[in-house]
Amino acid sequence: MRRGQPRPTLRGLRVRIGGASRVFLRDQPLAAAGGLLVLLLVGVALAAPRLAPFDPYELHVDRKFAAPSREMLLGGDQLGRDVLSRLLFGARISLYVGLTSVGIGVSLGALVGVLSAYAGGLTDLVVQRLVDALMPFPPIVLGLAMMGVLGSSIHNVVLALVIVLMPGAARTLRAQTLGVVGQEYVQASIALGGGTWRLIGHHILPNVMGTYIVLATMTIGHAIVAEASLSFLGVGVPPDVPSWGAMTTAATLEHAARGPWLAVYPGLAISLVVFGFNLLGDGLRDVLDPRLRG
Amino acid sequence: MWRYVAKRLALFVPTLLLVSLVIFGIIHVLPGDPAVLLAGGAEGLAGASAEKLAAVRQKLGTDQPLHWQYTRWVAGLVRGDLGTSFVYGTPVIDDLRARFPVSLQLAVMAFVVAHLIALPLGCLSAVRRNSVFDYLARVATIAGVSVPYFWLAVLIVYGLVRVFGWLPPLGYQAIWEEPWTNLQQLVFPALALGAADAAFVGRLTRSAMLDVLREDYVRTARAKGLADGSVVWRHAMKNALLPVATVSGWSFGRLMGGTVITEAVFLVPGMGSLLLDGLSRRDFPLVQAIVLLVAVVVLVVNLAVDLVYAWLDPRIRYA
Repeated sequence: MRRGQPRPTLRGLRVRIGGASRVFLRDQPLAAAGGLLVLLLVGVALAAPRLAPFDPYELHVDRKFAAPSREMLLGGDQLGRDVLSRLLFGARISLYVGLTSVGIGVSLGALVGVLSAYAGGLTDLVVQRLVDALMPFPPIVLGLAMMGVLGSSIHNVVLALVIVLMPGAARTLRAQTLGVVGQEYVQASIALGGGTWRLIGHHILPNVMGTYIVLATMTIGHAIVAEASLSFLGVGVPPDVPSWGAMTTAATLEHAARGPWLAVYPGLAISLVVFGFNLLGDGLRDVLDPRLRG
Repeated sequence: MWRYVAKRLALFVPTLLLVSLVIFGIIHVLPGDPAVLLAGGAEGLAGASAEKLAAVRQKLGTDQPLHWQYTRWVAGLVRGDLGTSFVYGTPVIDDLRARFPVSLQLAVMAFVVAHLIALPLGCLSAVRRNSVFDYLARVATIAGVSVPYFWLAVLIVYGLVRVFGWLPPLGYQAIWEEPWTNLQQLVFPALALGAADAAFVGRLTRSAMLDVLREDYVRTARAKGLADGSVVWRHAMKNALLPVATVSGWSFGRLMGGTVITEAVFLVPGMGSLLLDGLSRRDFPLVQAIVLLVAVVVLVVNLAVDLVYAWLDPRIRYA
């Protein structure tokens, strides 16, 4: 497919990426804004220890429900911990869970989808029935059940999300792969004696890569919300870990009157970050995978 | 059509079996022993002697081989026995009978809320493509998809408490007994749950509508001089609703799942709060039954959607 084109050089690649990002900025301003939000999240997550004014775990007994002040910009929580510091460190939890669960879950699911579509026959049938059997579980219910058995820890959250995310990715990538395999040039390549790996590596992967990238980007947002929801319900990360979801738990009815700020900031942070990933994913879809465009 | 229905129904049974196997697998294969918790209480393993553990395992039936436990569970299911609570020793079905209608009503109300917002928004957005309205609606729906259920629910509770100094009456009254109290109890949870889903369905409605508006028959309708309204509502809308219906089926599943969160925030005594309760007590028969029930509801709704879809669109049943 790429034959006849000059081999890409590093300089050429740089020019192409530079040009592509300029075009992306011009044509997809919303997506660029989303990318900025994502970069902000990464920046905050990396710099949290430098930015945070307090230790996020440190209890200040005299500051329980302290109103926002010059010293504690976003106030204190029900145990007197600094909300701003916990918010900044919370970016690390969200980013970690989002990247690892999607990196493993969506990639494994995608691999299963591609191989299942390529293998066809009985393998495909069995794999698809398994995917069918996983689809009717609402992610939050499946996640809850698994966390209930596994016990709260950040690694268990990732494990649960990997299992939750796999079937959707497998289904999407399988459909894409079937579309590619049906194309005439792929059939031609098979007729010419192209081997399995040549087919997968040269024809299928390049063609489903766009879908994979878009799906992964969008799913990071879902995964972040899922972690926050599980932690909100008390079965995600352990309660002392500064997760945005767990921080919102403190803001339910019990404390509604005493610390309204507890409800606002963590939820706002999640929404902004997920909004960023969704905008970016939407823009990437327009660029990389016009077939999916709405 | 009947052949299609028969085919779908025949596929339903093996899917159900696989679904039950998945639930059973998750509960029993993942590490974690309920007997330890039940025998040891708060101290964990330290509080449980080996004899006590063995006795508890025998009582729960978890000392049997896995395949035997699974067969017994499924055999019970077929007879309508959902299992016996580890903690209370009562049949799980008694609890579900009280709790399930609450969550179902909540999910149905949220579903109505979501579609009342989503359908007009998506259609109008597609018809006025690239207008200010469309642009705002698109940003609003992406933002809506990004807001977590639980945050919206918490914000609504806060708004009610702080602005109006009012809280929905606690508990649950059946709608045919106390309709007014029932609505007060469930309208706000349904709003919180439905609003987030409205964004999702709205986005799909827009793209489905855009696809249809590009079709030849819509151009023909316009070319023969039909009024704009007639083209949009009679020709485009009907066809655009088909793909939306499929997504709505899955959206109902998401809403059933979302009730867990909304019920926790609004303290609604539904199946979701029962699930959380069951999890915290490691009452696995209860958890197993609830997860299975939710999955079955989702499967049935989607089967119904598919059948209606096939009935409306002959291309599906002959494919």
